Amino acid sequence: MAAVADASTGIGGGSTPEPVVAVRGLRKRYGRLDAVAGIDLEVYRGEIFAFLGPNGAGKTTTVEILEGFRTRSDGEVSVLGVDPARGDGAWRNRVGAVLQESQPEPGLTVRECLQLYAGYYTEPREIDETITLVGLEEKADTLGEQLSGGQRRRLDVALALIGDPDLIFLDEPTTGFDPSARRTAWSVIDGLRSLGKTVFLTTHYMDEAEQLADRIAVIAAGRIVAEGTPGTLGGRHRMAATVRFTLPDATRPAELPQELRALAVGEDGQRVTLATQTPLLHVHTLAEWALARGVDLPDLDIRRPTLEDVYLELTDDKQEG
Amino acid sequence: MILLLRWLHRRLRRPPATAAPAAGRGRLALVLHQSRYDLRAFLRNKQSRFFTLILPLLFLVIFVSVFGNHVVGPDGVKASTYYVPGLSAMAVIAASFVNLVISITTQRESGVLKRRRSTPVPAWVLIAGRTLTAMGVSLVTMAVLLAVGRFAYGVHLPTRTIPGVAVTAVVGAAAFCVLGYALSTAIKSADAAQPMVQAIMLPLYFVSGVFIPNVNLPSWLRHVAEVFPVQHLADGLHHAYDPSATGVGIVWTDIGVLALWAAIGLAVALRRFSWTPAAATG
Repeated sequence: MAAVADASTGIGGGSTPEPVVAVRGLRKRYGRLDAVAGIDLEVYRGEIFAFLGPNGAGKTTTVEILEGFRTRSDGEVSVLGVDPARGDGAWRNRVGAVLQESQPEPGLTVRECLQLYAGYYTEPREIDETITLVGLEEKADTLGEQLSGGQRRRLDVALALIGDPDLIFLDEPTTGFDPSARRTAWSVIDGLRSLGKTVFLTTHYMDEAEQLADRIAVIAAGRIVAEGTPGTLGGRHRMAATVRFTLPDATRPAELPQELRALAVGEDGQRVTLATQTPLLHVHTLAEWALARGVDLPDLDIRRPTLEDVYLELTDDKQEG
Repeated sequence: MILLLRWLHRRLRRPPATAAPAAGRGRLALVLHQSRYDLRAFLRNKQSRFFTLILPLLFLVIFVSVFGNHVVGPDGVKASTYYVPGLSAMAVIAASFVNLVISITTQRESGVLKRRRSTPVPAWVLIAGRTLTAMGVSLVTMAVLLAVGRFAYGVHLPTRTIPGVAVTAVVGAAAFCVLGYALSTAIKSADAAQPMVQAIMLPLYFVSGVFIPNVNLPSWLRHVAEVFPVQHLADGLHHAYDPSATGVGIVWTDIGVLALWAAIGLAVALRRFSWTPAAATG
């Protein structure tokens, strides 16, 4: 969030790129509840930005304010240099949105839906090319209501793309998908990056954010609790890695070198768990010691904290509020 | 009749040879574009086709058979000459009100309207396009009722009163479209739309001279019916079809009441109409 500090004008001088989305102190109040309690966000051109949080954390409220569907109680919002509350047709020409809940146009085929929407924009994309982009070639002449859930969502993405927007909002695009449909959707979203689009993705799936996002912000109970890349979010890169192994029956944990015994965070009989900031170095020491004794460690396992570990830690205590 | 509508649909805007770049297209072209796809969706829906296009025609055949094409009604005209305008009123209401309310509510609750509004298309274009489709369907169904009445039952529409039929039908269709938009604001789920509009319209059809000549009704019921627009649409059309009618066949009081209802509907729609699902939560 430190990055937000000097970007108030929205027009970066020289080194700072102009943010596509800039949010400062955004607040949305429902009665006495702050659904969004003063958040700052910046999204830059060409990146896939993931907005992560549990259900009811304020994700959709925030996105709908950015899309111009909801009013805000307080704060400054700029999307493509325009306040979404005053976004006109020219602004909507440059923004695409996949809404959280929307069914296909009734009575129209995939191609007809796209033809209808193409007519709304000044410079739409080519229809067949867009159908190919989302992998619906074989369903082009199928009625929207006859598509599977995953195919409907891909049609939604195609409709959001047909106007050739600069910025695309994807609100929980894979909720309710089976694993293979999610993989397909991910490759479609990943493909937007190569089209040079900026993507604002909301999700509550860790693996989705990790797979797709350049940057992640985590919202919990209306506040941003962490921001970073998938690798650094919540200090993940500084968190200790875990090394686990089971010693053979004849060897007691006390026989381990002092250097490793000092790192032990758990001993369960013959099973040893070490926490280390320098896993390579300590595994090297362990391997030398084991090889010298002729001991094998077949279940040796080195694990970084997953994004999910970080996320659960970040959101757990905020959930009850 | 469906063929006739399909033809109209093709005329609305010829599909472009390639993907249509919309740059520089006029606003009227955009309304026609919207209307064309709304009409296509309408024609693909079996329920819409039956209740809007087939049912008025079916009623014409049934009622004329029941009354044996003898003299009925206050003006002493043949049953067929009575029922063509009466069921024309029903056809206008079926397309401009019943079908419109159901489709608008369904599209709103399924997020279709909201998604359309996330695009640059102006709100008025969506409304004008859908209204144009409803009015087009109304007028085509009326024309088919007239044609069947003419060739099967010898109904004669005086040339003199054609303006009366046209003006009454167009004003009526427009008024019922506005009322449809207004009523959709009071319906919170797609499932409730169909029973709600039928519950409103069925009794009104019966007391407003659409199904049975209202001279047979007790006077208090006729007074109740006179408050509502169904009576005035049916009345205006009955008058225009009446062989003894003088002038161009326009009943200005009926037009006036329809316009008044349209004004009320417009006030409600402007205040309450929403593009986002009523069931939506944060």
